[in-house]
Amino acid sequence: MRRIKILEEKFFVILSAFMTYSLIAVLGFIILVIFVKGYSALDWDMVLKTPKGGYYYGGEGGVLNAIVGSVYIAFGATLIAIFIGMPAALYINVQLVRYKRTQNTIRYFLDALWGIPSIVYGAFGFALMLFFGMNASLLAGIITVALLISPIMVRTFDEVLSTIPKGLHEASLALGSTRTETAFKVMFKQGFPGFITAVLLSFGRGIGDAASVLFTAGYTDRVPTNLDEPAATLPLAIFFQLGSPIPEVRDRAFASSIILTVIILIISLTARYLSKRYSKTNLK
Amino acid sequence: MFLTETETVSRQSDKLTVKNEVQLPILRVQHLNVFAAQNHILKDVNLEIPRNKVTVLLGPSGCGKTTLLKCINKLTDLYRELRVSGRIFIESEDILHTSTNIPSIRQKMGLLSQRPFPLPVSIYKNVSYGLKLKGIRDKKLIDFSVEKHLREVGLWEEVKHRLNAPATSLSIGQQQRLCLARGLAVKPSIILADEPTSALDPISSKIIENLFRDLKKHYTIILVTHVLRQAIRLADHVIFMYDGEIIEQGSPEELFGNPQTDKLRAYLVDGN
Ligand SMILES: Nc1ncnc2c1ncn2[C@@H]1O[C@H](COP(=O)(O)OP(=O)(O)OP(=O)(O)O)[C@@H](O)[C@H]1O
Ligand SMILES: [Mg+2]
Repeated sequence: MRRIKILEEKFFVILSAFMTYSLIAVLGFIILVIFVKGYSALDWDMVLKTPKGGYYYGGEGGVLNAIVGSVYIAFGATLIAIFIGMPAALYINVQLVRYKRTQNTIRYFLDALWGIPSIVYGAFGFALMLFFGMNASLLAGIITVALLISPIMVRTFDEVLSTIPKGLHEASLALGSTRTETAFKVMFKQGFPGFITAVLLSFGRGIGDAASVLFTAGYTDRVPTNLDEPAATLPLAIFFQLGSPIPEVRDRAFASSIILTVIILIISLTARYLSKRYSKTNLK
Repeated sequence: MFLTETETVSRQSDKLTVKNEVQLPILRVQHLNVFAAQNHILKDVNLEIPRNKVTVLLGPSGCGKTTLLKCINKLTDLYRELRVSGRIFIESEDILHTSTNIPSIRQKMGLLSQRPFPLPVSIYKNVSYGLKLKGIRDKKLIDFSVEKHLREVGLWEEVKHRLNAPATSLSIGQQQRLCLARGLAVKPSIILADEPTSALDPISSKIIENLFRDLKKHYTIILVTHVLRQAIRLADHVIFMYDGEIIEQGSPEELFGNPQTDKLRAYLVDGN
């Protein structure tokens, strides 16, 4: 009996350890492949130049247009999503504390929105664009991506806010704070690491998504200088280059992937640093 | 029967000094009923809380002590399932039927909960928080007040060199005193303490008890405790609850020395 228990314990420990490390290994493998394939094509021209004539046939140039376009769209959309998502998440957790059913209904709808494939957001943004007589542009891309990532922002932040002990909420009210003061001075502060995670996830999803910007942001070889100009994006740049029959161009797709990964890595490290730095005073 | 000679004497002298003032109770609760979906939590509760005294609320777990405190500072608002009816007068204002805004009612009371919940800011800002809410901006005045209230709870010497450190870096006992200081800074007249020492070590508990003994000169204290000895040490007035009802209330001599009901007698013997 005891022997079986010990064996069983051993088996599950090994199994779960194996699963955990294989996930990490897969991640490492993905990054490795991208680096190996893209390394040869990666040079400063890739990062600092826009595509010149013949770039897509192996000619001179880089993907600066897509880097700038992606960063603009992801930042713009994340900013809008913060303005929508932060108050919304605080509202759900502070103003609606009394209303458990309403809270759960809202969460259910947000989860549904989260689950909608991004091509559907793309189609919706496209319809919206036509309705307002807009062309594919940076602005249309930003708005569409903002719609795509807002539910992620709200739900991720909300998930953390909802774990804040009720006692802290009550302590703040007992001191005479209004609900708004409780939301912004206490709950936001206590939920700050969650807020950072929310921003990070939203940004990552926004910068990496191809389907939602395909019809709304368009594609161009120029760096956009205006909100109503079309904008290129890294995921689409990868897509176009990967589809090329020329091997050098396909390598550039991998180089573009490296660039995208590095951008996300930088944002993620900055966010972690900020979250650490500003949550020292938080209740553990 | 639990009181020592000297405690009885000191209580007598307490009574003498206040005899000349008209002692209206600071808080009166009348026909307070609280219903939840399934149960009747507080059943026609009537009580009076004497001013500048320690009133101890006793009763077995689940009898409604916390709920009563939450009614008094209107934290029941956070729970939609709780329906509250009756009257609660603070001074002469019925806080259940008033147009005064809720935050300013809550500022008449400081709350100390079972476990300390420091705000996620520095030690200094925990104490200044309530002052800022009241619109006080004068840095000197805030500094003064922070020091005064930290001294009041005996924390000043321990933290004066690290006022900007996170409040969570304090020990649990220190955090509880910080929460008390933070509450006192908004100038309440009543302190609601819900088992404030149950998460604390014996020494911190003693400190809190001693604080209460001093603070009652200026504040009315309502203390929920499960520690009978603590009740005996601190109480000027005792309320015994059982299953949502007030069974007995009166002086500690009456309740501890001469309990009238079997329920209280049983509670005094085995604590529930
Ligand atoms: N929001 C609520 N909904 C339903 N029932 C509740 C709610 N809050 C409290 N109760 C019930 O009311 C009763 C009294 O609870 P309360 O927390 O006031 O007891 P207590 O006297 O403080 O107990 P303890 O000494 O264990 O802290 C309990 O039976 C509890 O289950
Ligand atoms: Mg309780």
